[in-house]
Amino acid sequence: MAPILTTHDLAQAYPTKHGLVEAVRGIDMTVENGEILGFLGPNGAGKTTTLRMLTTLLAPTRGSATVAGHDLATEPRAVRQKIGYVAQSSGLDPQERVRSELVLQGRLYRLSRTEAEARAEELAADLDLTDLLDRKCSELSGGQRRRLDIAMALTHRPALLFLDEPTTGLDPGSRADLWELVRRIRQQEGTTIFLTTHYLDEADALADRLVIIDHGEIVAEGTPTALKEQYGGSPDASLQDTFIAITGHGPRREENAPIAV
Amino acid sequence: MPTVLADSRLIFARYARQTLRSRISLIFGLMQPMLFLGLFGPLLEDVPLGREGDSWQILVPGLLIQLGLFSAAFAGIGILIEKQLGIVERMRVTPVSRTALLLGRVLRDVAMLLVQSLVLVLAGVAFGLRAPVLGVLIGFVFVAVLALSLASLSYAFAMRVRTAQEFAPVINSINLPAMLLSGILLPMALAPTWLDVVSHFVPFRYLVEGVRAAFVGDYGDSSLALGALASVLLAAFSLTLGTRLFRTAGA
Repeated sequence: MAPILTTHDLAQAYPTKHGLVEAVRGIDMTVENGEILGFLGPNGAGKTTTLRMLTTLLAPTRGSATVAGHDLATEPRAVRQKIGYVAQSSGLDPQERVRSELVLQGRLYRLSRTEAEARAEELAADLDLTDLLDRKCSELSGGQRRRLDIAMALTHRPALLFLDEPTTGLDPGSRADLWELVRRIRQQEGTTIFLTTHYLDEADALADRLVIIDHGEIVAEGTPTALKEQYGGSPDASLQDTFIAITGHGPRREENAPIAV
Repeated sequence: MPTVLADSRLIFARYARQTLRSRISLIFGLMQPMLFLGLFGPLLEDVPLGREGDSWQILVPGLLIQLGLFSAAFAGIGILIEKQLGIVERMRVTPVSRTALLLGRVLRDVAMLLVQSLVLVLAGVAFGLRAPVLGVLIGFVFVAVLALSLASLSYAFAMRVRTAQEFAPVINSINLPAMLLSGILLPMALAPTWLDVVSHFVPFRYLVEGVRAAFVGDYGDSSLALGALASVLLAAFSLTLGTRLFRTAGA
């Protein structure tokens, strides 16, 4: 089976006061059908920029990509029909009710009103949101809100689901639940999952394969075990040590950043 | 394109419901023109204004355009907040028509403005405005086209800035001179030549004059035709530019 995602020399540069800054410097990568890919890197490495390009939100300044069988540049709408995207900022309107957000999402994916209402019920049942359907989004907890975000992104049963730092800001219990949910989605629906994170334990626990990005470039890729073996010295090395060996610093850049004077 | 229309209807319905729920925005937008009507209008009653029609037939059309100018030009504020919440990106990643994401919102703004305009005209009637119903309806059409145009530009501009602090000063610095130069409060017939000449370069002037002609029932007047022409040109320009900028903006 052909990979569900391939990129070739994908890049994003934007002008600043100090000249052109390349946030993503020509990425070549593939994602296989049905895998959970961990896209790992420190803050500011270019993870979100890459994701926004792959989800048609930001036009690449160079390079190309095929996403879920369609060319990113020439068939953005076909790409949108096949992918789901959960951004870091959740995208829920605090004043709207859970049900109306789910139904509208269905309608935006071209379901009829009846279908959209049925799909909302179905998703709510599946993601443990049924009791919350008539609540306002502003009344949800962090974990509930994340589940709703994911439910919305699953409305059209996407072949490929992008999750941008899905557990940032969640308490440990909600994080564990979310990991479980991600595994379940892949298992039940066969959905390929492209997940960015800067939590190494998350990458270790969830991902079949890791792609590590730093300063807008891919610096390493492989299964967690292979990376530990190659860079950390043994398959039992911690991902933390492995990560530092690869990038020269910890997963949160500020931890090792020189102190500005 | 039926997809654009169906999508626009969905987006319109969402935002119309939100507006109806809040209501504050409806009342708030009306504050300024109502104050002008009540506290400025009476001053003009016996002043010769240099053109046909009594003072209310001259002031109320100006206030209608002012209402349209300000509420539509600031429409983009709403999407700034939605952008920060990630709502805009969430919708742009679905197959929904991006033009519809703009049109649905703009049509809500037009609908809201028409309700406000009706309230304003009824209040004007209470103060002493007398105008033919047809003329008032023509005035509403002008206001609707103005709102359609400016709100499109406003949303497109809001997509290109990050914060309300960047957005509001720009709008204010365009709107205030535009308002003064289009003879909204007093007709430009009173202006010295240089000011009158400058004001001919402001498209809203033709709208105000057109609505004034309509309010005195002067449907054959050239200013009505000029106003209609200015409206059409403004709408064509704004919708083309607005949809283009809105669709391509990196949210």
